[in-house]
Amino acid sequence: MLEVENLHATVDGRGILNGLDLAVGPGEVHAVMGPNGSGKSTLSYVLSGRDGYEVTEGSVRFRGADLLALEPEERAAAGLFLAFQYPVEIPGVTNMTFLKHAVNGLRVQRGEEELDAMQFLKLVRQKAKALGMSDDMLKRAVNVGFSGGEKKRNEILQMAVLEPAFAVLDETDSGLDIDALKIVADGVNALRGPGRSMLVITHYQRLLDYIVPDRVHVLAGGRIAQSGGKELALRLESEGYAAFADKAAA
Amino acid sequence: MAATAQTVAQVRDLGKYKHGWETEIEMETAPKGLNEDIVRFISARKDEPDWMLDWRLKAYRHWLTMTEPTWAMVDYPAIDFQDIYYYAAPKNTEGPKSLDEVDPELLRTYEKLGIPLKEQEVLAGVQGAPKVAVDAVFDSVSVATTFKKELESHGVIFCSISEALQNHPELVRKYLGTVVPYTDNFYATLNSAVFSDGSFVYIPPGVHCPMELSTYFRINAKDTGQFERTLIIADEGSYVSYLEGCTAPMRDENQLHAAVVELVTLKDAEIKYSTVQNWYPGDETGKGGIYNFVTKRGACRGDDSKIRWTQVETGSAITWKYPSCILQGDNSVGEFYSVAIANNAQQADTGTKMIHLGRNTRSRIISKGISAGRACNTYRGLVRMGSKALNGRNFTQCDSLLIGDRCGAHTVPYIESRNRTAKVEHEATTSRIGEDQLFYCRQRGIGEEDAVALIVNGFCKEVLQELPMEFAVEAQKLVGISLEGSVG
Repeated sequence: MLEVENLHATVDGRGILNGLDLAVGPGEVHAVMGPNGSGKSTLSYVLSGRDGYEVTEGSVRFRGADLLALEPEERAAAGLFLAFQYPVEIPGVTNMTFLKHAVNGLRVQRGEEELDAMQFLKLVRQKAKALGMSDDMLKRAVNVGFSGGEKKRNEILQMAVLEPAFAVLDETDSGLDIDALKIVADGVNALRGPGRSMLVITHYQRLLDYIVPDRVHVLAGGRIAQSGGKELALRLESEGYAAFADKAAA
Repeated sequence: MAATAQTVAQVRDLGKYKHGWETEIEMETAPKGLNEDIVRFISARKDEPDWMLDWRLKAYRHWLTMTEPTWAMVDYPAIDFQDIYYYAAPKNTEGPKSLDEVDPELLRTYEKLGIPLKEQEVLAGVQGAPKVAVDAVFDSVSVATTFKKELESHGVIFCSISEALQNHPELVRKYLGTVVPYTDNFYATLNSAVFSDGSFVYIPPGVHCPMELSTYFRINAKDTGQFERTLIIADEGSYVSYLEGCTAPMRDENQLHAAVVELVTLKDAEIKYSTVQNWYPGDETGKGGIYNFVTKRGACRGDDSKIRWTQVETGSAITWKYPSCILQGDNSVGEFYSVAIANNAQQADTGTKMIHLGRNTRSRIISKGISAGRACNTYRGLVRMGSKALNGRNFTQCDSLLIGDRCGAHTVPYIESRNRTAKVEHEATTSRIGEDQLFYCRQRGIGEEDAVALIVNGFCKEVLQELPMEFAVEAQKLVGISLEGSVG
């Protein structure tokens, strides 16, 4: 599904990713863990095509296509979704309106018919209900006045509605208390399936108690320092990142 | 279909300014330039009563003593007022008795603009769609007014001002120039001398006007100034919602539009006046476009009366207008909701004046300015609390949104208070359209232009929701079209 090879990227001329390799197969959930400044968020922005994140070397293939050649909205249409660490507020635009533009924006790019108001409403209501979200939340402006937990749930709702083939969850656990974390994790787990891969980026192991990954990668110094099964996350929790940081520097 | 997706499709299909075409129609014009003879010609052409001609001549003579105002933050070459046609009228349209007599070419023009002038077509339209009566002004004259009969049955007078001068001279004489006197300002005085047509509305006491009234202005002829005059009177306890729309062909030359709108509300009456202004803004380099120098003012004469101005200003090369309220009656309310978009080389200097005279008068100003390209957008507003305006209240909020790094936004609020019990609040913000907002939208599959339209519509929502429903959708689309090409 996603093959990252020897990826180098800079931000403001500073090298952040230094030869990152990663392969995620269909239906797999991979976790990327690492200390602050290891390049976790840079990885998510490079994959989604944010301005200011410059790829200097390497390649990313997504479902057989050259992902790096695509504009952000084209990557979304190809099936890539990023759950933001800090979801953005858009005053005056309701969640409903935003989602409708997103759904139909994707459909138009894919050469599909746009959904009409009724079809769309049905889709969103059904997805919101499955996640236990109220209609009220759909009528509020995108992320405006939302609590930390609501913002993250809103990201999951968007993911549920847009049904991406590949979701990057960037520190989805940050700023959540344990109850909110469970709710969000349940939402994510409900969306797991054979056709959908996920890259769960996190600082702490505790999220992985709820979203159990197939593979765990340790990101240090801008590359994958070690990969392993879910037990690697537990080892990290007890030993800390220091050992890996040294290894990456060596 | 998403409104903004429609917008993109429309822009693709119709080019950047979709009303930029011109109608081939036989015109009658007065010779170029301005002098007393032209004023007399216009008045005679309209068969006006003597007092009207006298008033025009007084205005003209006063105008000769005035100079153009230069205080607005707009920049343009000097206008040669002798190089303009002051009267242009489509031939064969003097006083059409019914819509059947209107030149079919004209009807097609309005059809193309999406303005139905045939009542049966309006009636045959979407089931449940609200009826809107339209007065269509083409260059200098009103060519058609719809739903007159139905309105008459409620006692509502809705016609061109020329017609009103023939059929209801006493009403016109009683109110014309009482809100905007002929000495008011350079452009209003010019308008008083040469105004050609416009709409007249009278709502009798206690009548809630049964449909939206709307005037649609179209400048077509070349080198022609448009000077329309609108007068709306809401008698005691009445209500009317009125909307004006405007477009013009694309031309390399600048064209002058100097209109005057006067509103009067008597006791317990309310006027809701909405404008969707889409005059040709000129091209990307600033060539051509309409100079929109307009005086709009309403007087809340009676106690407990209310005037609400809502404007969406997307067109014109230069916009200079300040729809204002004079709050004379006790407990009267003035509101001003504005969206002004300036893109490319457009310049907008717009705002309002709230003059509080009566006790317990309240006013509210919500202004949203959006600048893109090299445009310059200024909010200029005055809130004055008179010495007798005890417990007067004003709330003002001015928000500016910048797109790109070559445009400008300015806020120039004037506040004058002459009594201690009045309260005036002013809030202002300036923000840039966020890279993070755009990226967030694009990551979700929303293209860049669509994202800008979405974010800007959100920014303007408070104002757009004040528009009558059927025009709000149109205005949302217009916001998208106006900002086309402003990013990337």
